[in-house]
Amino acid sequence: MMEILGVPAPVLFGQLLLGLINGSFYALLSLGLAVIFGMLNVINFAHGALYMTGAFAAWLLLNYLGIGYWPALILAPLLVGALGIVLERTMLARLYQFDHLYGLLLTFGLALIIQGLFRNAYGVSGQPYPIPSALSGGTNLGFMFLPLYRGWVVIASVIVCFGTWFVIERTRLGAYLRAAVENQELVRAFGINVPLMMTLTYGFAVALAGFAGVLAAPIYQVNPLMGQDLIIVVFAIVVIGGLGSMLGSIVSGLGIGIVEGLTKTFYPEASSVAVFVIMAIVLALRPHGLFGRPRT
Amino acid sequence: MTSINTTSGPHSAWLLGTGGKAAIVIAAAAFLAVAPFIGIYPVFLMKLLCFALFACAFNLMLGYVGLLSFGHAAFFGMAAYISGHTIAVWGATPEIGILAGTAVAGVLGAAFGLLAIRRQGIYFAMITLALAQMVYFFSVQAAFTHGEDGIQGIPRGHLFGLVSLEPTLNMYYFVVAVFAIGFFIVYRAVHSPFGQVLKAIRENENRVVSLGYHVNAFKIGAFTLSAALTGLAGATKAIVFQSATLTDVHWTMSGEVVLMTLLGGMGTILGPVVGAGIIVTLQNYLATIGSWVTVIMGTIFVVCVLTFRRGVVGELVNALRSGPHKE
Repeated sequence: MMEILGVPAPVLFGQLLLGLINGSFYALLSLGLAVIFGMLNVINFAHGALYMTGAFAAWLLLNYLGIGYWPALILAPLLVGALGIVLERTMLARLYQFDHLYGLLLTFGLALIIQGLFRNAYGVSGQPYPIPSALSGGTNLGFMFLPLYRGWVVIASVIVCFGTWFVIERTRLGAYLRAAVENQELVRAFGINVPLMMTLTYGFAVALAGFAGVLAAPIYQVNPLMGQDLIIVVFAIVVIGGLGSMLGSIVSGLGIGIVEGLTKTFYPEASSVAVFVIMAIVLALRPHGLFGRPRT
Repeated sequence: MTSINTTSGPHSAWLLGTGGKAAIVIAAAAFLAVAPFIGIYPVFLMKLLCFALFACAFNLMLGYVGLLSFGHAAFFGMAAYISGHTIAVWGATPEIGILAGTAVAGVLGAAFGLLAIRRQGIYFAMITLALAQMVYFFSVQAAFTHGEDGIQGIPRGHLFGLVSLEPTLNMYYFVVAVFAIGFFIVYRAVHSPFGQVLKAIRENENRVVSLGYHVNAFKIGAFTLSAALTGLAGATKAIVFQSATLTDVHWTMSGEVVLMTLLGGMGTILGPVVGAGIIVTLQNYLATIGSWVTVIMGTIFVVCVLTFRRGVVGELVNALRSGPHKE
């Protein structure tokens, strides 16, 4: 049995993998938060609740319509995205003219409503969701055992994150988005429908949260409170990475996941506060975040 | 930086003029003095007063500095734990326990302030929330908080070693006194040169900087005061209900106080009191319907933000003051 720093290698790598999986969810969620903030100037407090909605959508599709994991991976984010579009059109869009804090307060209220409704319907015990058969089992990598589904989660979220980054940084559509962030009036003057773009941005970003929810369903139980504490960790990650930076949110999401995994191995008591301690250190040394540019 | 739209003006918070001010104070004092004898349940009133003080303290930040803290539960809950521990384990008298809780909350507030003040507006809310979550996890794991069980059976003891707080009425008048002191401190802070600078920061921070004020020092000062008064409310609540639990320190508690202040009217002196009154009353009536409470709270949030952002008191003052609607 090989040991690294006094810890058996399989244990260490197992914790690292767990950390990487958590990091995958962090990255997907913090990327969505960063995109929404960049475009709408709103901190979306409902992000955790919408991630939970995505997981529940998959569970409901399976249990009521017999629709399995792979179609749900597409359908559930679409449903969550559609819900997001409705919320943005009917509520958020009315608040852009006021202080940004109202957007935060509104989405906090929405988070309470969504969580409360699911709690009433399904209690807090959590519902199991089976791992899709194509990804059951695992493979032995020599230094550790890798459950296939967990490997898939990491790969899928990294692909989706970098796909999103590519679209926004390297395509014409992304250029419009970034231009609208810089100067809305000018982009409108070019005849581009900015309000529609904002709506679709919100819809897309919460669909990412829904996607993360479906990925999470087979690993964690589907539970109305699954997004409740997660959202706070994601907030801290966004502060660490710097809100203005998409790459920052992806990298710090994955990085914090790994750091949490390591903390669990060497000093388990501190694993839940590690992210907040790192946030405090980053704030003290680089207030605008690791990747953020100082902006007013 | 835009600022939160509040009703501010020479007499924004008071029903127009000094006469109205005195009348409200006298009426409130008279009401609180006789309330237990006209069939109002004192325990309910004590809860209301603790939360009203909590909301007033919180409003010092949101209403007068324009910074939304989403971490005030950390001060409320930690003060409850500290006062509970000093009284139940170390045998301190109630006033010493309350002072200890208040002091610790103030120190915690200064530490939060130092870190969170480094970022503007919307970041502030996220950072305070994350720091408070750290305090929550600490409370889950620390030995003296007893984790999931909390500190139970805190003796009410004897005030100054003389007056027993066991009888409900004694306890009640003590809470009224604590609330009055806390409320007076908030009122004095707001109506002092210090408070004027805070309001100026809310309206136009850059101008205050250019006038040569140390804006960050003012912000941290306000945050420390706000945290200490929140601690006063939390420590008192621990003695009233003889327990300190994780509920007091969880972020849902932070959300609750935000809701009270928003509903009552941020940036008004009486708003938080009214907001706390409405929410505590609602919770009392809705205690039986379990998790629907969160749905109702969320709905009130959404309705408030979309329709009357000034809150109950803010809208009232606005209606009373003849003048153009500024929105």
